[in-house]
Amino acid sequence: MNEFVYLYRGYEESASPGDMQQKTAKWMTWLKELSDKGHVKALGEPLLPGGMVVKGKKKQVIDGPYAEAKDLVGGYSIILARDIKQAVEFSLGCPIFEDGGSVEVRQIRQLD
Amino acid sequence: MEIEEHFFRHEFGRIVAILTRLFGVQNIALAEDVTQDAFCRAMETWKLRGLPKNPSAWLMTTARNRALDILRRERTVRVAQPGLTRFLESEWTLVPTVEEAFSTYAVKDSQLRMMFSCCHPGISEEAQIALILHILCGFSVKEIAQAFVSNHAAIEKRITRAKKVLAGSTKLFDLADADLPVRLSAVLQALYLLFNEGYHGSSPEAAVRAELCQEALRLMDLLLEEPALVTPQSHALAALMHLNAARLPTRLDDSGNLVSFFEQDRSLWDHKLIAKGQALLDLSAAGTELTKYHLEAAIASMHTSAVRGEDTQWEHIVSLYDMLLAIHPSPVIALNRAIAIAQLEGPERGLQEIRVIQDLDRLSSYPFYPATLGELELRRRNYQVAAAHFSTALSLARNPMERNFLQRRIASCRES
Repeated sequence: MNEFVYLYRGYEESASPGDMQQKTAKWMTWLKELSDKGHVKALGEPLLPGGMVVKGKKKQVIDGPYAEAKDLVGGYSIILARDIKQAVEFSLGCPIFEDGGSVEVRQIRQLD
Repeated sequence: MEIEEHFFRHEFGRIVAILTRLFGVQNIALAEDVTQDAFCRAMETWKLRGLPKNPSAWLMTTARNRALDILRRERTVRVAQPGLTRFLESEWTLVPTVEEAFSTYAVKDSQLRMMFSCCHPGISEEAQIALILHILCGFSVKEIAQAFVSNHAAIEKRITRAKKVLAGSTKLFDLADADLPVRLSAVLQALYLLFNEGYHGSSPEAAVRAELCQEALRLMDLLLEEPALVTPQSHALAALMHLNAARLPTRLDDSGNLVSFFEQDRSLWDHKLIAKGQALLDLSAAGTELTKYHLEAAIASMHTSAVRGEDTQWEHIVSLYDMLLAIHPSPVIALNRAIAIAQLEGPERGLQEIRVIQDLDRLSSYPFYPATLGELELRRRNYQVAAAHFSTALSLARNPMERNFLQRRIASCRES
């Protein structure tokens, strides 16, 4: 098995409590299914919006990543899959797509 | 672990009520923002990490910490709540005061204060219901507009205007205030209308309507937990809600079609709710005041206690309607009385009674007025006349469910 990172991109617009409950439940169901099949190495963490970017030789500090809200990374998980094809396949059930967000699937480079 | 049904909505209502109590009613918008923020955090965290052991405590802690931040930082918020200001001004008493506001008793108390504040005499009855659904039940404007089959802009305007009245009052309603009895009547009326919107309302979705009834029942239960609010009138309304809610499952068949009262499968009525409703009705028989809730609950109980339709004591029901009309004249009640008379003395008598209803013109857009005429003419075997009445009713129908029901009645007139 290889390890992959899912980078969840896109923050959701404010939703009603009822909608938030539905969304939360959908995410929990999706990750639980993957996890029950042994494909989740780490559920990961949510990230707060905003933040700082430090860059260049001059170590310039800038407010927030440049990206628009829809491109901002809102959290990540670590997934176990045979290859990138399977990792992509597993991501298809992610509820983020319903809100116009995206999942960036990246393989973690192994040392051996 | 699964999230309990309506957990987010109900917790939302609780937390807005607590924060409004702390920040002052003028800052209700701030209370709503802070609550929304706590829920966004919850969603973002839980969707990846799963539910914490005690989700309710998690939300309360998040909201409490934010409340402490704001109260430490913003003097204008600290002074907005005259009764609490001096406790919020010093760090020494700030933390215990905020902790106290999140205690179980205070949470209930804040919700009741909010419920009573929403029923301010300066807010129209329909706006009171929208406000209760929005603030205490956590429904969005969009969801309320859908439930009432109204447009978004109209409901939004109604809620915004009502919130202005609310924010303009000096403080949340205090249950120790002298005008408690008057305000309690207004609250009961609002809960009664909320329940009826679910029971008879115009939304075509059965699930939406059941939810409105459930919310009315939930708020009624909350109200009855406060001894000062337990009156014969409150018991009577609670009885009425339980007895009617018991019949909710049989009002639609498996394909979502309306089922005429006389054709409902009584074995499917919820007997637990009936028993509870009956017990509440017994409790309501105290004191000297006979309200419309008492009489309507008594009528509902006549139906739920009849094992078969033919066991119904129509004579008793007619006399209850007589009393109800005397204290609460209304053409809809008079129409229901006429139906009961038709059951007792035949369709001709029912039609006679309908002809002499006062303010009959107020029923001109009520589909069940011509539908009742159609039903009674059908029983007299005047099939063509009946079909014409059902067609009139069809043109007034408010949703596909009603239309479907009336079309089937027209078809059965033609078959006969």
